[in-house]
Amino acid sequence: MLNFIRLFRLISGINLHRLHTNFIHTTMASCRRPEHQAPPEVFYDDTEARKYTSNSRMIEIQMTMADRAIELLALPEDKPCFVLDVGCGSGLSGEALTEHGHFWIGMDISKPMLGIAEEREVEGDLFVGDMGEGVFFRPGTFDGVISISALQWLCNADKKTHNPPKRLYRFFSTLYGTMRRGSRAVFQFYPENSHQLELITSQAMRAGFSGGVVVDFPNSTRAKKMFLCLFAGLLNPQLPTGLGTGQGPQGSDQVAYSGQRQRFRNLKGKPLKKSRDWIKEKKERRRRQGKGDFKADSKYSGRKRSKKF
Amino acid sequence: MRVTALRRMKLLTHNMLTSHVKGVKNGYPLKIEVNEMKIREVDFNPEFISRMIPRLEWKALYEAAQSLDVVGNLSPEVVKDYENDEDFLKEAHRVLMEVEVIKGFLICPESGRKFPIENGIPNMLLNEGEVGDAGPSQSGTSQDDDSMQ
Repeated sequence: MLNFIRLFRLISGINLHRLHTNFIHTTMASCRRPEHQAPPEVFYDDTEARKYTSNSRMIEIQMTMADRAIELLALPEDKPCFVLDVGCGSGLSGEALTEHGHFWIGMDISKPMLGIAEEREVEGDLFVGDMGEGVFFRPGTFDGVISISALQWLCNADKKTHNPPKRLYRFFSTLYGTMRRGSRAVFQFYPENSHQLELITSQAMRAGFSGGVVVDFPNSTRAKKMFLCLFAGLLNPQLPTGLGTGQGPQGSDQVAYSGQRQRFRNLKGKPLKKSRDWIKEKKERRRRQGKGDFKADSKYSGRKRSKKF
Repeated sequence: MRVTALRRMKLLTHNMLTSHVKGVKNGYPLKIEVNEMKIREVDFNPEFISRMIPRLEWKALYEAAQSLDVVGNLSPEVVKDYENDEDFLKEAHRVLMEVEVIKGFLICPESGRKFPIENGIPNMLLNEGEVGDAGPSQSGTSQDDDSMQ
């Protein structure tokens, strides 16, 4: 499957940012990620920003993510709210906010992207700012914070003075101050690996947020999307469930009913030698010990050979 | 690049922004130096305005309106029972949403650092060495709840 995707990338010559919005999380450390190429203020230049008005597929992906993020934000529908859009770029997510009847302020580090937002005549106010320098508004300003594909940029040190954990902490702690008690912040992001995910969430918790990561369609490589949902000043927040996980909101704390009987035969003692279970267990033990000379599990593992052999 | 419509900074945004240069203790309110401004009509949403009024620093807004010479009939104090006072809300709406700064500077009141506004977009980027420490100093002050749910 992976090879197929790589092949597909080669022949169809899709541009880098489309890779970012859809494929990138399939590989752990890819040199194709935009963060690895240049700092955000350099990467999102005029040509890159132009894609946000011309490329309908990119716009569609951004819009669906923005809609889902707003859904997770759970703002009261009947009241107009004041929202901060971090890394608003061309203002696509802001347009989604306007559609829902909310007012917003957008910040981004790339001037060409803001230029596009200006050209699209978005409703919200814009300003140039670096999220790693902190978000500076008066305390208790915002009813919610939204951010689409921006947070992973903070994990990179683009200047000598940049220190990713410090920048993340400065961002989260100043953000916490500008949010109203009980409001939410939703970040759609592409963490490069589990270490980055851990770094981001730990810095957010340190800054006083509660919450966690919601993963939509975790079993699909293409549709999988991660949302960091943070709550400012809530004691026992209920984290929303991801789409496509197969569990409803109410069934999560119950044991699923199963028609199968539990087999007790295999529970005691070691499995029969040369049996499939025995092979599996042995492989598992080798894996645990870090000895790599075993074949990957497949449907053929521990099967009897056909008579031909 | 073709620019069809210019965006401008509203006074609503100005009322929320604070300065964050290293070492500055009270970077609020930012002073405005205007080279170019415009008044553009925006749909009046009384519910949003009355929801924002408790969050505004009215004195700073009034001073900003004075410095831009757009005071009009804006009252120097928040009136009681403002939710039902349509004239008051309309004036607040005019100053908050319709007055827009296109070109000029935001000036930090303590350090005097100038943040340029171009095409109505303030540039709040700092130079190296101006970035302060990550202090949670401003959290937990004057957060009167208006119950989100």
